[in-house]
Amino acid sequence: MVKAAIGSGQVGRERLTEDLLGKAITGDRRALAKLLSAVEDGEVNHNSLGIEHHSDDGTIIGLTGAPGVGKSCLIEKLLSHWSSEGLKVAVIAVDPSSPLSSGALLGDRVRMESADSDLNVFVRSFATRNQPGGLPITVGLAANLMRKCGYDYVLIETVGAGQAEIRIVSFADRVVLVESPARGDQIQAEKAGVMELADLIVVNKSDLEGAERAANEITTALEISGNPPPVLLASAKTGDGIGEVAFQLQAITVKCGAEVARARERLLSAWDSALLSRGDISEVLNNLARGDATAQQWVEENLRWLNE
Amino acid sequence: MRLKAINIVLDYGVAQLKGEHHLDNLGMAMRIVIAKPGLDGHDRGAKVVARALRDGGHEVIYTGLRRTPEQIVRTVLDEDADLLGLSSLSGAHAFLFPRICELLIEEDCGDVTVFGGGIIPVDERLPLFEAGMRAIFGPGTKMQEMTDFVSEVANRAGSGEPVGVGEGGDWVWSSGA
Repeated sequence: MVKAAIGSGQVGRERLTEDLLGKAITGDRRALAKLLSAVEDGEVNHNSLGIEHHSDDGTIIGLTGAPGVGKSCLIEKLLSHWSSEGLKVAVIAVDPSSPLSSGALLGDRVRMESADSDLNVFVRSFATRNQPGGLPITVGLAANLMRKCGYDYVLIETVGAGQAEIRIVSFADRVVLVESPARGDQIQAEKAGVMELADLIVVNKSDLEGAERAANEITTALEISGNPPPVLLASAKTGDGIGEVAFQLQAITVKCGAEVARARERLLSAWDSALLSRGDISEVLNNLARGDATAQQWVEENLRWLNE
Repeated sequence: MRLKAINIVLDYGVAQLKGEHHLDNLGMAMRIVIAKPGLDGHDRGAKVVARALRDGGHEVIYTGLRRTPEQIVRTVLDEDADLLGLSSLSGAHAFLFPRICELLIEEDCGDVTVFGGGIIPVDERLPLFEAGMRAIFGPGTKMQEMTDFVSEVANRAGSGEPVGVGEGGDWVWSSGA
């Protein structure tokens, strides 16, 4: 719910947001938490907060991969690794909203032990709120805000919907695909999609049999198209290989050849954002719901450049 | 490229339209932390409650087992939760629940509504209410009652009445079990 303090009048809200931002930048967790709620509820944007869009410096990292491959556990290991080096790390953990009730069960924190004890770590759970691409459009601003508030890295954990989950490239400037052994032939089938856009592939659960084979299969599959990203073995259970993953994340550059795909996702994301933050969006939706016009007609009438 | 962009926007529009009946209660959607303080390992109740609140349209964050009061308060703070639900079946509620209430107030989270459940004998509830808790649910509580409680909290908070752990006032939910 939007707390009374945030929703109490436009003037009050603007001043409040400024105060909150000032406090959040000096390290006030409560202020950052409140601001993130305002971001999530769409009450503030880059302009109103005076936050610039992030430049590709490799500090906003997206982690994606199928459910159960160990994304949350791997993040926990990265958190303790970086925190022990004195770095501050924030996490945006995204879980799906129910399409029926619009409620959500956000459970990624359970696997992140640093989340509620390490002061260098800030974990925030986001529900998808049924937005396109499996990622809420507010994630971009949330990540930039966390960077602004002194977090050296921001990790975005996606829902893990599968190979088509590429929207993450519009928010993160490095994308890590987490895989695990014993998924066998599925890996073969996933050569397309996010695997092609990943800057780094981590085969987690390297303590299990078949991990090396899985890594080899991935490398072979990607070599065909040329320019494969590094494929690393790691175990979030034993901690093996975590240091190398952290090191590579700092060292890798954006994957060559994926710029256009990234640009496309960023464009679509900006497009969604612009459309959905229109002042008259609910009016438009109500008109469409009543059948006054079709969505196609509305788009053609309102976006004339399409026909030019 | 353009066509693809339009298709995604259209898909979104359709999803919004299909989900329109939820939009009414979206304003009522609360962020709720469900936590298991202390050494008690019985988490079935907490998980069922978390699920029921999710089905009621709320965003529920589950902490996992065996958390300290400090860890729970930290989660409430970072997640900017509106409500905190505590579950205990080990008999440690008399110490842990008031301690968590105290810490929340110390951390400037006095506006958070705290409720509890598990094995909490009726004659041990008064001190918990005095610590600032607004509801205690015992075994046999209907799920509907939990979501009704959350709606009541939303309504009262919306009209400026005290519902938080540090906000005083004498309103508590009279639970059926």
